[in-house]
Amino acid sequence: MTDAIAVEARNALKAFGQGATAVRALDDVSISIRQGEFFTLLGPSGCGKTTLLRLIAGFETPTSGQILLDGADITDLPPNKRAVNTVFQSYALFPHLSVAQNVGFGLQMQGRPRAEVQSTVAEMLALVKLESMADRKTSQLSGGQQQRVALARALAPKPKVLLLDEPLSALDLKLRKEMQTELKRLQLETGITFIFVTHDQEEALTMSDRIGVMSAGKLQQVGTPRDIYTKPVNRFVASFIGESNFLSGTIVTGGVRLDSGHVITADGTATRSGKVTVAVRPEQIRLTPGTEAADLTGTVESWVYFGTDTHCHITLQDGTDIIARLQSEVTGDIALERGQTVGLRFAAGAARVLEG
Amino acid sequence: MVQISASGPRSNEQRKQSASVRAAWALSSPALLVLLVGALGPLVIMLIFSFLTPGTHGGVEWIFSTDAWMSVLLKRDIFDGTLGFADAHLSIFWRSIRLSLMATILTFLIGFPTAWFIATRSPKARAFWLFLITIPFWTNLLIRTFAVSEIIRKEGLFNTVLLKFGIIDQPFAIIFTDLAVFIGLIYVYLPLMVLPLFAAIDRFDMRLLEAGYDLYANRWQMLGRIIMPIVKPGIIAGSILVFIPCLGAYVTPQVLGGGKNLMIGTLIELQFGQGRNLPLGAALSMVLLIVVTAALLVYVRVISKERANG
Repeated sequence: MTDAIAVEARNALKAFGQGATAVRALDDVSISIRQGEFFTLLGPSGCGKTTLLRLIAGFETPTSGQILLDGADITDLPPNKRAVNTVFQSYALFPHLSVAQNVGFGLQMQGRPRAEVQSTVAEMLALVKLESMADRKTSQLSGGQQQRVALARALAPKPKVLLLDEPLSALDLKLRKEMQTELKRLQLETGITFIFVTHDQEEALTMSDRIGVMSAGKLQQVGTPRDIYTKPVNRFVASFIGESNFLSGTIVTGGVRLDSGHVITADGTATRSGKVTVAVRPEQIRLTPGTEAADLTGTVESWVYFGTDTHCHITLQDGTDIIARLQSEVTGDIALERGQTVGLRFAAGAARVLEG
Repeated sequence: MVQISASGPRSNEQRKQSASVRAAWALSSPALLVLLVGALGPLVIMLIFSFLTPGTHGGVEWIFSTDAWMSVLLKRDIFDGTLGFADAHLSIFWRSIRLSLMATILTFLIGFPTAWFIATRSPKARAFWLFLITIPFWTNLLIRTFAVSEIIRKEGLFNTVLLKFGIIDQPFAIIFTDLAVFIGLIYVYLPLMVLPLFAAIDRFDMRLLEAGYDLYANRWQMLGRIIMPIVKPGIIAGSILVFIPCLGAYVTPQVLGGGKNLMIGTLIELQFGQGRNLPLGAALSMVLLIVVTAALLVYVRVISKERANG
């Protein structure tokens, strides 16, 4: 991975419809994706991630703003003039062509010589381990195999950037896990920039070099999986990626005075003042039977056993609900009783003041 | 079929299977009966008639003869009695095939964009357009054909308008020409091309076009490499539905060709009517059947070969 920029969107805005009823699917998004990077656009459906992908592919033109590829403005180029290929959610394999013909389609359209097409197709089929399927019809393949053909077809013309539009969503869980590893391997072997769109936070966290979290047509946060998880900038990111407890309070010297009256230390207090929201991950909360040296105190409401861990619901004095995720005991029992008063302690740096 | 099995009594499964086969035959027997009496029966009669001798006052005499079959292709000169090719028949066959092929190609060229247009509308608009396409079927073929002749005849709508606006000073002589027959065939059979094409395009996954566009194909390559091969079954169905009735068309060449520019259909009718040569009419009908069947067989051959290769 280098620091050179492969794809850049500058103030990209895409509105569908006219006048007052127009919907901004993409609202003034600027983003830079580095060369050789595995970049994931993550967000719920309708957040604009697929629209951004289609702008880069050229299937849509932005209402305003620019798309750059390797520093050149490609905003007005049609898809067949862009060195960018797409793996579609539906795969969109050509049903009348064999596996090899599908993979060679892009190269043929580019007018590459026959020998080159043949050797590249063979190389690509080997890359996705489908050599023995070359002459099959795509309808004779399983879902996972079709997925590999779609990948090989999109990689064959050696695009500068590969776009993947929720390519794993049609696969069952086991196959999806396999393909996640496979995709990561392909990306490392080919060195091509991957832009991957998904609504699955786990997929995003495990595969990506960097993640761009999107919501309501806007880019919420861009960062490494670790940054996104441990330092979410706002309530949306904190709740969409993993679970979070939200506590409201006021900045005071030495920390945040929560609405329950407790004063806790939290990250990010230096630059803020006034009313703020503090986020704490459930697994960063420890429960103590006594209330001494506790950050907060609360009453145990209920708990749910999840196998590896147990989720404990606690109500603070001011009525705020908190979830703490505790590692399960060997016996599966929990040393707590309903209605018991417990102390809550936050791990160092676990409490974060959110921006905005 | 009774089979004596060495391995003892038949299993339940076999018994169930033969019961379901019997039920299938029983259920399809009415349809089979209609086909037998309505389609195969007349064919057999025609085949027999084509090998008989024409009666002096119409009808047939039950004397075996191959004259009818001979005279489809050959004719005896009335002066010196030598055998030559039946030029009139051959030119009528040739005209029929040529006009039918041209009509098939032109209905395809007009029908494909039409079908594409309809298939890409919203469901509501689509129903409306399809309704418009089927409207002509509500009116009798003869009446529709006379309507066409009203438009293109010498004093008809087309010429009157052109003359009035001074675009031409002599009326176009279209009626009673091959062109008139051609126009009539296209008008009558266009819906039969549009409907199967629509059905095929409707099933076409438009997302494949995005995939093609993404993989560097231009518009023509998408048409030739993706759309056409995939909607081919519709193209074939439409071509068959247009070509075959065109070849045997009777009303259109009769009304618009004025009985001058005969097609096979009018020629056959002539033998049964004025000509009173039932065996020749029967032989000509059989030849038409053979031509059509041969054309279909070639078609099916080509398709299945491509399927096997592809």
